[in-house]
Amino acid sequence: MWWRSASFILDQRHLQEDPPNDIASSSSKQPPDTLSSLSPPQTQNSTFMATAADPFNPIPNPKISAYYQTRAAHTAVVTSDWLAQAQAAVGHHPDDAQAAQTHQPLLAASPSSGKSFCVINEFNNWRKQPDLAEAVAAIRALAAVIRASEATTMMELEIELKKASDSLKSWDTTSISLTAGCDLFMRYVTRTSALEYEDFNSARSRLIERAEKFGEISCKARRIIAMLSQDFIFDGCTILVHGFSRVVLEVLKTAAQNKKLFRVFCTEGRPDRTGLRLSNELAKLDVPVKLLIDSAVAYTMDEVDMVFVGADGVVESGGIINMMGTYQIALVAHSMNKPVYVAAESYKFARLYPLDQKDMAPALRPIDFGVPIPSKVEVERSARDYTPPQYLTLLFTDLGVLTPSVVSDELIQLYL
Amino acid sequence: MDSRRASRTVSDPKIRQVGFFAPPPDRTFSGPPDPISTSTPNPATTTTTAANSPSSPPISDLSPTGNSLPPVMIPPPRHSSDTTHRLVPSPLRRDTLSLTVGSNNNNISSSPSGGFDLTAVKASSVPASGLTTVSVLKTLPPGFTETIVEKVGGSVEMQNDLPANSKPLKERTSKAERRALQEAQRAAKAAAKAEGSKLPATTSGAAASANVKPAKATKPSSQKNDSATVASSEKKGGDRPPEKDRKKDAPHPRMQYDDKSRVEKAKRRAVVKQTEARNRVELFRHLPQYEHGTQLPDLESKFFQLDPVHPVVYKVGLQYISGDISGGNARCIAMLQAFQEAIKDYSTPDEKTVTRDLTAKINSYVSFLNECRPLSISMGNAIRFLKNRIAKLPLTLSESEAKAFLQSDIEQFINEKIILADKVIVKHAVTKIRDGDVLLTYGSSSAVEMILLHAHELGKQFRVVIVDSRPKLEGQLLLRRLVGKGLSCTYANINAVSYIMHEVTRVFLGASSVLSNGTVYSRVGTACVAMVAHEFRVPVLVCCEAYKFHERVQLDSICSNELGDPDAISKVPGREDINYLDGCTNSENLQLLNLIYDATPSDYVSMIVTDYGMVPPTSVPVIVREYCRDQVWI
Repeated sequence: MWWRSASFILDQRHLQEDPPNDIASSSSKQPPDTLSSLSPPQTQNSTFMATAADPFNPIPNPKISAYYQTRAAHTAVVTSDWLAQAQAAVGHHPDDAQAAQTHQPLLAASPSSGKSFCVINEFNNWRKQPDLAEAVAAIRALAAVIRASEATTMMELEIELKKASDSLKSWDTTSISLTAGCDLFMRYVTRTSALEYEDFNSARSRLIERAEKFGEISCKARRIIAMLSQDFIFDGCTILVHGFSRVVLEVLKTAAQNKKLFRVFCTEGRPDRTGLRLSNELAKLDVPVKLLIDSAVAYTMDEVDMVFVGADGVVESGGIINMMGTYQIALVAHSMNKPVYVAAESYKFARLYPLDQKDMAPALRPIDFGVPIPSKVEVERSARDYTPPQYLTLLFTDLGVLTPSVVSDELIQLYL
Repeated sequence: MDSRRASRTVSDPKIRQVGFFAPPPDRTFSGPPDPISTSTPNPATTTTTAANSPSSPPISDLSPTGNSLPPVMIPPPRHSSDTTHRLVPSPLRRDTLSLTVGSNNNNISSSPSGGFDLTAVKASSVPASGLTTVSVLKTLPPGFTETIVEKVGGSVEMQNDLPANSKPLKERTSKAERRALQEAQRAAKAAAKAEGSKLPATTSGAAASANVKPAKATKPSSQKNDSATVASSEKKGGDRPPEKDRKKDAPHPRMQYDDKSRVEKAKRRAVVKQTEARNRVELFRHLPQYEHGTQLPDLESKFFQLDPVHPVVYKVGLQYISGDISGGNARCIAMLQAFQEAIKDYSTPDEKTVTRDLTAKINSYVSFLNECRPLSISMGNAIRFLKNRIAKLPLTLSESEAKAFLQSDIEQFINEKIILADKVIVKHAVTKIRDGDVLLTYGSSSAVEMILLHAHELGKQFRVVIVDSRPKLEGQLLLRRLVGKGLSCTYANINAVSYIMHEVTRVFLGASSVLSNGTVYSRVGTACVAMVAHEFRVPVLVCCEAYKFHERVQLDSICSNELGDPDAISKVPGREDINYLDGCTNSENLQLLNLIYDATPSDYVSMIVTDYGMVPPTSVPVIVREYCRDQVWI
């Protein structure tokens, strides 16, 4: 599906606009468009040190899924332990940036140091960039595997790649976009008959080229989605947003830049209060924002013109898996005939088909109720739910604006 | 050949028209502006307009009638008989077309070679015993099988000596005969051209072949006829069944049985003599329905007259009638294996090419099987596959090579599209069974049975609810096998489905076919179960091999269906006390409806498990598009 990405709608000038994130720019002194250069910025950002110190044991606390940890690190979840971690992180920055600078030429100079190369380390390094989605980080890491590989035959390289992607996938089995990103990469990079007729070196460089292109498209995906969705945001509309999604933020940011007049209702997003962060970001853009507690969705729904949500994964039925609460919002919106729009990059398309809520690997998270909970009381700690396709109106993806049923079409074309 | 093909594409652009439309007036007919006859020339009409005929284009391809005829062959001059016929308000324009052709060929018709009779190939379908999704493969009663075996050898010679004594020789050659002659000539020409022989091909070749068997009324020429048309149509390679040859005399497999004149015609030609059931339900008059129990002895007695039908095919046909083979996969496999046998024993007659003659043979087998019991969509797909393979046989192959080639192709189709596909389906579907599940299934589906057994072997803890219905009660068979394997089962009749559904967590259903709009065409009652499950928010999983997918769209269960024996529902076997209907079954105002299939709307289906993975019902057209090129599963 990548070969027909809708990236043409991206103007050249929009390419520049990707706002460089402060951490990314401070740690690696590269402009954002060189992200696909040879080696990742080695930011030893210690926000994640606690959990990612041992890359092979990503779940120090088995009660919290790796998926949730990643999410917390990425969307800057406002919890008390996050604050503590963030504080601890501040001090380390200059050193890490230095380390990155020194480490980088080293890696570039010895691309054949394959023995010490570890795809998970690579992945974690890429992942430190807050603006880089997990799947894109995985794609970058796999591209690095090709580069660092010492294989001498195509088969060897493919096996190596397969191994790397498997280890990435098993590193965090609960993350849909990671798995989907790895699978997509494997299909995109290796699915070509032309590879069989070339000699190894040119085939390998072709693979690398494809990997770069793939990473690039993935990076641009968010911009494409933002552009595509502009037609759907009209002046005077009220948008309900659930949780924090970087794509949705990009969409709203672009709308604000286009001088659209709209207001946003943000749900609180208990328990990690991701909605608070989104409302912060939107307030900075001078977009009128109203915060709701999660249970006020139905109460406010009649004022709402459309619901915008992101997605952790888009499954084969065309439904989405997203932060807990999306399903009920979609249900309320559906019963009040409000459109529900999903913004999701196509690397989140996954070959999964949950039949109901329990039919997927649960991603657990801690929930802070503020008061001690008696041990006899059970707590539902799942972090996400599944919204069936009949409650979704449209999906904004970098392949274009799709109805839910097209997702399966794309997946079949890609995987079968 | 090539030049003809080219001209065809030019003169006949591939147009698909959907819905109701007014076709441009045809140049061929100058007769009165009868709306029906004017619409005839349009190639797209029959295939697409449900209004004209609910006939399915794909199925029609199976029969000799479905083969296309180059436009050149349709002659403009009208015969006087045409007009009269066209004025008859026949819902199908095939009549009129055939008439035109026949009249056109009048001059040729006097040739003796053309004498043949389509009767044997006529299709008046038998409502066989109900179609089930179970694979039941019983052997015929031993005595019967033996007879067949003994007679195999004899039957072949018989056919040549079997002249017109079964039919009185006709004074005047029929349209079909004339047509056959024409086809023969064409075939001869083609053969001559292909071999590069210097023969003044056309007439002499035909005459030669014709003279060999002057009085031979029935089979051979009909085969020739079929083969020629088939070959020509297949050469064109299009998936569009061109109307023009549709008009051949053989009834369409989806014939409209409420059209009296056509039914009469078809009956005259039918091998399998069926008695029509009397009171048919108004809405379903277009479907064939016959009294049951009469065909078997009749067919048996006719064994020696059915020359074109290979004994193995004959046996399979009888098994269809008697209901010994039922269930989509079982029927399809039995048919393919019979064709395999037939191909093994096949030898090309002189002056014929394998491609053509074999296709004709297969066509005649197919129409025979269709008479025994209407073909299922899956069988239609399999036949299309086989015909496509035959048509694509390289000319360089020798006969034995070609036969081996085809046999291995059939073998491969059975293995890949049915057996392996089932394994893949089982693999996928098992992932959706969790410990503690209560699985409901309806009737008896071979795929579902395999899934349940496999899940049990994997040690999953689950319970099965088998819902069953009169009159076939095939669920009991499944129940027996599952209980035998130690699964814990609940058995309920479909009346109890709304009660039992609340404890169910998954519904697994089999399907006879899945159509392009996601509609699941399956055992009658499936739609009811799926609807109740949907109301209870229980996921419905339909397990169906991809070779059963079809690009047709069907919105209801009426236009294409099969009628079972009405007695099956009016009587309860073994319950003499339930005799309320005794004596009124023949009453004018009682209509008994025993439907075999129904259509489940895609809304009620959560997922379709196929060999290409688990897909939503909306993705059926995607799979058909991607994997079913030219309507042939690859």
